Amino acid sequence: MAIEDDVLVVGGGVAGMTAALAAADTGASVRLVTKSQSTLRHASGLVDVLGYADEELIADPFDAIADLPADHPYAKVGVEAVRNGLERFDTITGDLYRGGHTETNALLPTHGGAVKPTARYPASAAAGLASDERDVLLVGFETLSDFDAPLAADHLRAADVPFDVRGATVSFPGTPRADAKITRYAHALDEDDDDERERLAGRVERVHEGEARVGFPAVLGESHHAAIRAALADALDADVFEVPMGPPSLPGMRLEAAYERALRDAGVSVVRRPVDGYETDGDGRLTAAFVERNGQHIPHHADAFVLATGGLVGEGIDSDRGGVHEPVFDCHVPHPADRYEWFVDEPFGDQPYPRFGVVVDDDLRPRDAAGSIEFENLRAAGSVVGGADFAAECSGTGVSLATGDAAGTAAGNDTQ
Amino acid sequence: MGTRTEVLVIGGGSTGCGVVRDLARRGVDVTLVEKGNLTNGTTGRMHGLLHSGGRYAVSDQASARECIEENRVLRDIAGHCVEETGGLFVKRPEDSEEYFQEKLQGCRDCDIPAEVLTGEEARAREPYLAHDVEKAIAVPDAAIDPFRLCVANAVDAENHGARIETHAEVTDLLVESGEIVGATIQHASGKGPREHGTPGEEEDIYADHVVNAAGAWAGRIGDFADLDVAVRPSKGVMTVMNTRQVDTVVNRCRPKGDADIIVPHETACILGTTDEEVGDPEDYPEDEWEVDLVIDTLSELVPILQEARTIRSFWGVRPLYEPPGTGTQDPTDITRDYFTLDHAERDDVPGMTSIVGGKLTTYRMMAESITDHVCEKLGVEAECDTADVPLPGSEREGDIEAAMERFGLRSPVARRSAQRLGSRTEDVLASCEPNPVVCSCEGVTRAEVQDAIEQAGTDLNAVRLRTRASMGNCQGGRCAHRMAAELHPEHDEESARAALDELRAERWKGQRHALWGEQLSQAMLNHALHGATLNEDGDPARTDTTVEWDAFDDGAGADAEDTHATGGDTEGAHGD
Repeated sequence: MAIEDDVLVVGGGVAGMTAALAAADTGASVRLVTKSQSTLRHASGLVDVLGYADEELIADPFDAIADLPADHPYAKVGVEAVRNGLERFDTITGDLYRGGHTETNALLPTHGGAVKPTARYPASAAAGLASDERDVLLVGFETLSDFDAPLAADHLRAADVPFDVRGATVSFPGTPRADAKITRYAHALDEDDDDERERLAGRVERVHEGEARVGFPAVLGESHHAAIRAALADALDADVFEVPMGPPSLPGMRLEAAYERALRDAGVSVVRRPVDGYETDGDGRLTAAFVERNGQHIPHHADAFVLATGGLVGEGIDSDRGGVHEPVFDCHVPHPADRYEWFVDEPFGDQPYPRFGVVVDDDLRPRDAAGSIEFENLRAAGSVVGGADFAAECSGTGVSLATGDAAGTAAGNDTQ
Repeated sequence: MGTRTEVLVIGGGSTGCGVVRDLARRGVDVTLVEKGNLTNGTTGRMHGLLHSGGRYAVSDQASARECIEENRVLRDIAGHCVEETGGLFVKRPEDSEEYFQEKLQGCRDCDIPAEVLTGEEARAREPYLAHDVEKAIAVPDAAIDPFRLCVANAVDAENHGARIETHAEVTDLLVESGEIVGATIQHASGKGPREHGTPGEEEDIYADHVVNAAGAWAGRIGDFADLDVAVRPSKGVMTVMNTRQVDTVVNRCRPKGDADIIVPHETACILGTTDEEVGDPEDYPEDEWEVDLVIDTLSELVPILQEARTIRSFWGVRPLYEPPGTGTQDPTDITRDYFTLDHAERDDVPGMTSIVGGKLTTYRMMAESITDHVCEKLGVEAECDTADVPLPGSEREGDIEAAMERFGLRSPVARRSAQRLGSRTEDVLASCEPNPVVCSCEGVTRAEVQDAIEQAGTDLNAVRLRTRASMGNCQGGRCAHRMAAELHPEHDEESARAALDELRAERWKGQRHALWGEQLSQAMLNHALHGATLNEDGDPARTDTTVEWDAFDDGAGADAEDTHATGGDTEGAHGD
């Protein structure tokens, strides 16, 4: 039986899922093919739009987007696409996220004790806002080496935050194995089989000195996070928040779950297989992508395609000693011929490699080295698109939302 | 104000650490100064080969005999630093049969156990050897951890009353009436373990005798007293693979040449090397062609190296020396032998002896030789016992099973901890409860990191060398901030931050030479973690920026109910 859809999205991160949902909204039939777990679990779960421009911390990202260089993905899609992407995000995530009440960036404490600018933040992190002047107690667990609460507190003081902050380390109830995964803490609190929530609250009460806010590493449950926070808050008589951390990221997993629900509700079919080839009509249009299944290459036909395979981390952009390439549709990726020009010597210098990606036109269609459209019916979204260092400027999810929404909508409209 | 010691040893590489141990064990009051951390120079920048002597069995049989002798000694006294991998000299079809036979005969002449293997037998031992490898000679090469070795020597010296000062740079020699009587030392922080952010002090150390064991830097020390110590530093690249493609040392069986050795080392393999004379041991080009050369050439022996992941490259400088007037052009032809330069005899400047040349495998023998020389000058008659007494950590087999049981660690973590710590396993692991893993790539626990911090202070690169934390695939991407956190609260937040920044810079330096394929992906992930999730690059504390806090969202105006009670539980979420 032939597999045939209006739109085929390749890639299952925020950009791909957003593109699939946007395309489905136009009435198109949509299939999403993704080769692996989403990189969402690697991300903090914060939704950055634009935190820095010209290395300056900015409070209003929308204001700054207008001044970005022409090759920046935001400049390609325009500021309205950013707003559309965020609106879609707010609809999908509902109560799970905050920040939509203002266009101003929020500053949130990091697990290292710095602060970072972001546009949307998990509800679980909301009470941790650095511009809130109420006192904070940070609580770490002695078996969890990723978050050292006393050090983070001292660091926040060094950053001159406008509130008093103190750190304390407690042992997590049930003394998890010394090298337990982060998800073990979350599951223990989710299941609460041995009253872990109450016992944790009891241990924190002993170090709590009445601070209005109490922050924990982001391990407060995967499924029942709101109930866990509420239980801790009631017991401590304080607002409770999570400090987002590195992989594996519970807020990232919760966000992934929300998107998966949205995909199900929108009737998008999801195929968890690698794409390993494509075919064209010989006239510049893609007709199918091949999906590998048990050694066979199954053609997945569509009228429009969206490439959202991620950047260097998601392996949407690949490289070897000879060069940098886009492995699925072999789109052009500009890069210096000498690999010693892919980086600069300062770790936080102006690195070229984070900007590697395909070059798109204003309609997000990848262009080849000569500037011609690679395929009439292919658009790209997310960090496979080059031109932005999303880590340095804190813009990652925002770019995925804006380009995903724009690419998916355009792909869907083309087929209707 | 000056301090006194009988002997001042300059240089904390293998030679200096060997000398300070030997002198201390003979009852001499000795101080060692090193401008970086221990092994900062050449010792910490080599491929970790414990020579069987096979490498020199044709060209330099005297060195070959010394190597096999010391190889046996180190297996006895430094068991916890040595991995008995064995080694192969591998012959490809285009390599000379005549040379293969010479190598075999040379090994036999020098009492190096040597066994000829057919290509099939060699591949049975190392399955990734190229299918057209014809035959091989098996010899008792091994892998040695130079960091652990030097630290063990230094610890033993301290246990016998020696003073060890790292981050203590010699800025001048003290010369009185034509005699060297000591040196001026600039401490990077206070005396003892390093403390970031603590201003240093200058100290004159007076000594009856000075030993210049500064290796490739020995010429610079000599310059302070207008002595000509003509060390000819020669650089070589070492490229680190992310896994062990071979478990045996693999050498190419041909006369000499670049890119002819693969040394398995802990979780990695190290490919080496190149050989080019440089003017300055600290400032020389680290070239792309060198990395390409070792990968491409060694792929002829082990083809999967061509596509394998490298995690970084580093360079070291050999402290080659030849007596004035020898005039060898090609650095690969300069002898690997060592020389004792008594400046009283040679230059009519008493008070100092320089030791130059040599190699790690024979460090103990070199140390014994110069210690004999110094003791003769001082009139000390004690005998050398360093060939017989095990180093700290190697006194008895670390009880791996017991450690695993007692400390409830996953077995690979405990096994690796025990391999690193040897007979100190119980003591170190018992010091910390609970004992979570800090570096998951290398399985390094908090107890080991704390033990290393006690020795090295806030120098996280020294902690790294002692524990291997941050030396795996992620190159500190996920654990660097955790290592820094272990400094706190013993050391303050600012020190921990400075130490983290220094470690990150050091890790990046080597990764730059491995930025393609999976390691470029890793670099991007690290960039995202450090630059976005942790936002270390935009951190107000680091960038010294004043934030206008009230220009940002403070939560006011959010139409949500109270923040803690809402936020949509996600039933049916999955993942682990």
